[in-house]
Amino acid sequence: MTIGSVPLRYKVTIDPERCMECGRCIENCPYGTFRKEGDRIIVAVSRNCTACHRCIAMCPRDAISVVERPVDYRSHPLWTPEAREAIYNQARTGKIILAGMGNALPLPSIFDRLLLDACQVTNPSIDPLREPMELRTYLGKKPSKLAFRRTETGDVELETKIAPNLMIETPIMIGHMSYGAISLNAQLALARAVHETGTFMGTGEGGMHPDLHPYQDRLIVQVASGRFGVDIDYLNRGAAIEIKIGQGAKPGIGGHLPGEKVGPDVSRTRMIPEGSDAISPAPHHDIYSIEDLAQLVRSLKEATGWRKPVFVKIAAVHNVAAIAAGIARSGADAVVVDGFRGGTGAAPKVFRDHVGIPIEAAISAVDQKLRDQGVRNEVSVIASGGLRNAADVTKAIALGADAVYIGTAALVAMGCRVCGTCYRGLCPWGIATQRPDLVARLDPVLEGEHVANLIHAWTMEISELMGAAGINAIESLRGNRDRLRGYMLDEGLLQVLDVRTVGA
Amino acid sequence: MCGIISVVDRSGAVMDGARIRDALSMMDERGSGEGAGYAAYGVYPEFADCYAIHVFFDNIVETKAQVDALLQTWGTIVHDEEIPTYEQPHLKKVHTPWRYFFRPDPTLMTGTPSPEDDIVTYLVMKVNTTMRGALIYSSGKNIGVFKAAGWPEDVADFYRIQDYKGYIWLAHNRYPTNTRGWWGGAHPFNLLDWSVVHNGEITSYGTNRRYIESYGYKCTMFTDTEVVAYLVDLLARKHGLDEKLAVRALAPPFWDEIDRMPPKERELNRAIRLTYGSAMMNGPFAIVVAHRDGIAGFTDRIKLRPLVVAEEGDRMYISSEEAAIRRIAPELDRVWMPRAGEPVVGRVRR
Repeated sequence: MTIGSVPLRYKVTIDPERCMECGRCIENCPYGTFRKEGDRIIVAVSRNCTACHRCIAMCPRDAISVVERPVDYRSHPLWTPEAREAIYNQARTGKIILAGMGNALPLPSIFDRLLLDACQVTNPSIDPLREPMELRTYLGKKPSKLAFRRTETGDVELETKIAPNLMIETPIMIGHMSYGAISLNAQLALARAVHETGTFMGTGEGGMHPDLHPYQDRLIVQVASGRFGVDIDYLNRGAAIEIKIGQGAKPGIGGHLPGEKVGPDVSRTRMIPEGSDAISPAPHHDIYSIEDLAQLVRSLKEATGWRKPVFVKIAAVHNVAAIAAGIARSGADAVVVDGFRGGTGAAPKVFRDHVGIPIEAAISAVDQKLRDQGVRNEVSVIASGGLRNAADVTKAIALGADAVYIGTAALVAMGCRVCGTCYRGLCPWGIATQRPDLVARLDPVLEGEHVANLIHAWTMEISELMGAAGINAIESLRGNRDRLRGYMLDEGLLQVLDVRTVGA
Repeated sequence: MCGIISVVDRSGAVMDGARIRDALSMMDERGSGEGAGYAAYGVYPEFADCYAIHVFFDNIVETKAQVDALLQTWGTIVHDEEIPTYEQPHLKKVHTPWRYFFRPDPTLMTGTPSPEDDIVTYLVMKVNTTMRGALIYSSGKNIGVFKAAGWPEDVADFYRIQDYKGYIWLAHNRYPTNTRGWWGGAHPFNLLDWSVVHNGEITSYGTNRRYIESYGYKCTMFTDTEVVAYLVDLLARKHGLDEKLAVRALAPPFWDEIDRMPPKERELNRAIRLTYGSAMMNGPFAIVVAHRDGIAGFTDRIKLRPLVVAEEGDRMYISSEEAAIRRIAPELDRVWMPRAGEPVVGRVRR
C-alpha cells in the first residue's frame, strides 16, 4: 500500500491582475517554486515553498500570497497534522527528522506570564532622558569580599586583585553561530553590530575567518567538542573563550555540518578537509567529569596568559542548577545557560521539541543555587534561548541573569523569517547558506546597521523599564524578583521562580 | 515621606530625650501618626557590658517563657524587666515591651572571630522567624530602641523618653506604605551596634534581600529598612569596610564619574561596584546609620530624599528638615546639604 503524497504545507498563489512578470520571484526562490511559462509566471511547485517570504519581500506589486495548510486534515486534538506528517515521513525514510530554529511545540511562554513593576507615588520613576541610567555590566569572576590596606599617608588602597572581566554597555550580547552554520556575510554583519554597540558576539565552533580579525576584540571564541578552528592564534585573538558543552536546541548531542557546506573557505577556517562532514561529538572526549572541565578551563587560561575570561555554556537540563554550581568551582568565569527554546541550524526534531527546560526556570534555579552555596560571585550567569524582546531580557535579568545572548532575534533583524529550513543550506536571505550567490544577497554594512539598531532599541527599552521601576543601575535589577509578579503561573513554578503572584 | 533626625555629641556627653522629642514633633507633617521611634546610645551604663535585648511580646504569658529558655541556653540573663510605659490617650498598647540584659556564652559558638555578636544575631533571627508573638527589635550593648505605633510626641511620652540619656540619638516619624503601622515596622531598626532610620523606598530591595539572605540574615519585618541594618553589619562588621567605603558600596558613584577618577581611585571604586553590586541600594532614600562610635548619613545617588546636616559645637545633627534642628538648636555654627550619595560622618572622640 502506498502512503501517497501528503497535503501541501504552503499554498502559493500569484494574483495575475497584479503580476507584472518581472521575474524577481523566480530569481529569488532557491527552492524552485516559480517558473516562467510563456509570458506568464506560474507557481510550478507550491510544495517546494518554505514560507521564507523572500519572493513576497521582493515582489514589487504585492502579487504573491502564501497560505499555510490550505488542505484540512480531519481535525483531532491528539493526532495533529504535524504528528501525522512526522509519521508519514519516517515511515518512508526510516530516519531521524531534522529541523531548524527553536522548539516548535505550542508550549506556554513563562516570560509572557511574568509582569514587570513600575513606580507610583511612593517613589518616583526615573526618566532616563534626564537622569543617568547605568546598564554597564562586567562579566567574569568577582571577589566576594575586598581587602584594603592603609598607606602611610592614610589613603586606602585596594589589595584584592580582580580577575579579567568583559565590560559591556548593554546586557545584550549575540550568541555563538559558527561560520558554516551561517555565512561569512552574516557573521560580518553581526561583528559590525557588536562593534558599534559595545557588546560581544560568539564565533561558534567554526574558527575565525580572517575577515573577522578587525573585530576580534569583540569576539568570544568557542571551543567545542569537535575543536574545529582551534589553535593558539584563534584563542589569543578572542576577547574571551567559551567552552561549549551543550546547546538548548539539542541538549546531550553534538553537531553536524554536512560536507556540502564545507567549501574551501569553511575548510580553511575550521581546519578540516574540504567536503568532509564536520561532526562534533556529543561529549568532549577529554571531559568525562567536572574535574576534567576544570582542567580544560585552566589549560585555556594558561595558554592565553590568564588574560581572558573563560565561559562555559550548557543546555538548560533538569539538573542545571547543580551543574552550574560545579562549573562555578571549575575556575570558569561565566556560565551560559541555554534554554530549551534556543535556536539552531539543524537539530533532530525530537530533541529540539522535547529535551531541556525553559530558560526562565533554569536561570532562577541556577541563581538561587549559586547563592545558597555562596559562589554567585565566582561566575557571571548569561541567559540565552528564545529571548524575543527587551521585556524578555529585563525579566531574565530580574530573575538573576547578568546578561543575555540573543541569536534568532539578531538573524530576524537581518531578514530571517524563522522558516526553520536552515538545515537545507539554501537560505534565501543569505544567512544560513554558503552558496555564493545567496550569500551575496546579505549586505554586511546594511544588515550590521539593522542588528545594531535592534540592540540600541532594546537597550533603550530596558532603560525605560528600569527607570519606571525606580532603578538607575542594572545591578539593582539583577535578581530583583520582587519586581516581577506571576500571572496564571502555578504555585510550584512560582516557588521555583521565587516570584509572587499578581496582586500579592 | 517620613521624617528623620539624629544627633551625636562628639565629646561623648549625654543628652536627655526631651529635645529630640521636640525636634521630631516638628516634622509631624511628614508622618501619619502610625509609627515613631527613638534609638539612644549610652542609655544603660549600669549594664554596659550586656547586650540589651528589647522584645515586643504579644502577651507575656505564653511566649516569654520560650524566649527566656532560649536565651538561657545561649548565655546568662543578667537582669530582665518590663520596659516602663505610661498610658497615652492616643496610643494603644498592643505589645508588652520587655528588656533583657544578656551575656552570651562565647564558648557555645565556634568557628567565628566574634562569637558573642554571632550568638545574638542568631537569637534575633531565630526568635523573629520562629516564635510567634515575640519580636526582638533592639539588641546592642548600652543601646535602646523605643518605638510604637503613634505620633512622635505620644510615643516619646509613652516611654518617657526624657528619662533616658544618650550621646547619640536617632529618631524617626513614619508614614507607612509597605506595612500597616505596626510596632515592629516603626523605625529605628537595630541589630547589635547598628541602628538605622530611613526615609524612602528601596527599589532594589529584592536584590539586596536575596544578597543578604545568602549570608544567613533573614528579613523578618516586611519592610525594606531592616535590610539596611543587615547590609551595614555585613559590610562594616564582617567585611571590615570603614564608613566611607561602606557607603561607597551602598550608594556608589556613577560609572562616568568613576571613569574620570585617577587610576588608583578608579580601580578601587570599580572593585567596590563589581564586588558589592548586589548591596547597592536603589530608589529614593535618606538614611542615617548609628554605631557606638558615631553616625553616618547619606542619600541615594540622585538625592530623591532630603538630608540636611548642621553643627553646633560638639554636636552634629542630621535631619530631613532644617526646621527640626533649629527647634532644638537655634544657633548653629554651620548648616549644609550633602551631595547625593556623599556620606556625612559624625564620629565620637574616644
